[in-house]
Amino acid sequence: MRVLLRNPRREVEVAGRRSVNALLRELGLPRESHLVIRNGTLVPGDADLADDDEVEIRPVISGGV
Amino acid sequence: MVASASKCRTCRAPAIIDLPRHNAHFCAEHFLQLCRRQVTKAVEQFEMLNADDKVLVAVSGGKDSLAVWDMLVELGYHADGLYIGLGIGEYSDTSADYARAFARDRGLHLVEVSLRDEYDYDVPTASRATRRVPCSACGISKRHLFDSAALKGGYTVLVTGHNLDDEAAVLFGNTLRWDVEYLARQLPVLPARDGFPKKVKPLIRLTERETAAWCIVRGIDYLVEECPMAVGNKHLAYKAALNAIEHESPGSKANFYLGFLDNMAPLLAGRSAADEHALNACSSCGAPTTGELCAFCRLVERAAAHEPVPVELLLRKGRSR
Ligand code: SF4
Ligand SMILES: [Zn+2]
Ligand SMILES: [Zn+2]
Repeated sequence: MRVLLRNPRREVEVAGRRSVNALLRELGLPRESHLVIRNGTLVPGDADLADDDEVEIRPVISGGV
Repeated sequence: MVASASKCRTCRAPAIIDLPRHNAHFCAEHFLQLCRRQVTKAVEQFEMLNADDKVLVAVSGGKDSLAVWDMLVELGYHADGLYIGLGIGEYSDTSADYARAFARDRGLHLVEVSLRDEYDYDVPTASRATRRVPCSACGISKRHLFDSAALKGGYTVLVTGHNLDDEAAVLFGNTLRWDVEYLARQLPVLPARDGFPKKVKPLIRLTERETAAWCIVRGIDYLVEECPMAVGNKHLAYKAALNAIEHESPGSKANFYLGFLDNMAPLLAGRSAADEHALNACSSCGAPTTGELCAFCRLVERAAAHEPVPVELLLRKGRSR
């Protein structure tokens, strides 16, 4: 599957079906600070991601004060 | 393709989000309902807004400020937006586009103020000229312009998009230093005083994961990229630390900050020295200040006299935070 990461914007290819939580763990991204969008729709941690999915992992932390 | 196994706590439809701190999953509709309820609860508990308030929302083009503007309009408040052009290179150009597009698409009114056009400086230049970190020069500018725009426009309340993570991180920092003065002032509502509008933070019961999800579900296009000046600041380190705790023990952030408001803030009431200071009018702009010239006018004086500093120069110099 194609995975879009942000800040900075970049793409990685990940092969093989897995859950959202598993993908975040593999990429070392905390669940509390990221949302995952599958084919344009928000999905929860136990959702399945398949090879033909377009996935975006969006960080949600803002830095200003 | 297997859909997600988890179901909405309210209606059993497939869930779109898991919220460990509520030990539940929600579908889009019931997630939005939860957010509305949290905002309404904060607004009512702290008497933030009245139905007849004329509200000005400080918008940056990011998720929190657009989410709070969207929610308040949806809840029926009369709310305009205020965008401050900070002059932080491409980040500012892009963030302005998002704020304008949001207002335009919804027929909302956006007030704009540009530091460069109206005061002859920008945040990178002010940072260099005053030898302050960018966020400090930026904060002084924003606070002053929020106040003055609200008063000039006849608004009764100024709203900012600070969320639970923001407030918990600030509280964490204030607590690490036992800064009683700041702790005593860390309230979600600051009442109007001479020359200052009432200021409120309706998102204090929502995490930033939730405000971002609100935007995604509502189809709000916001600037995901961060301000380049934020990289490596303490605020981000505190948020990461709190999220590590939250991961082990969901609900910790809410307990920390909302528990502070319930249990600690009352004990600190009246302990802020800032409340005691008599304020006089700034000799240049008339804003309330303890000195002769207010912090903003002192900043403008130095920054406007300095040759413009492009943001790239500041970034290349490295960060001393
Ligand atoms: S990160 Fe700092 S400089 Fe950038 S907008 Fe926020 S307060 Fe201003
Ligand atoms: Zn539901
Ligand atoms: Zn002044």
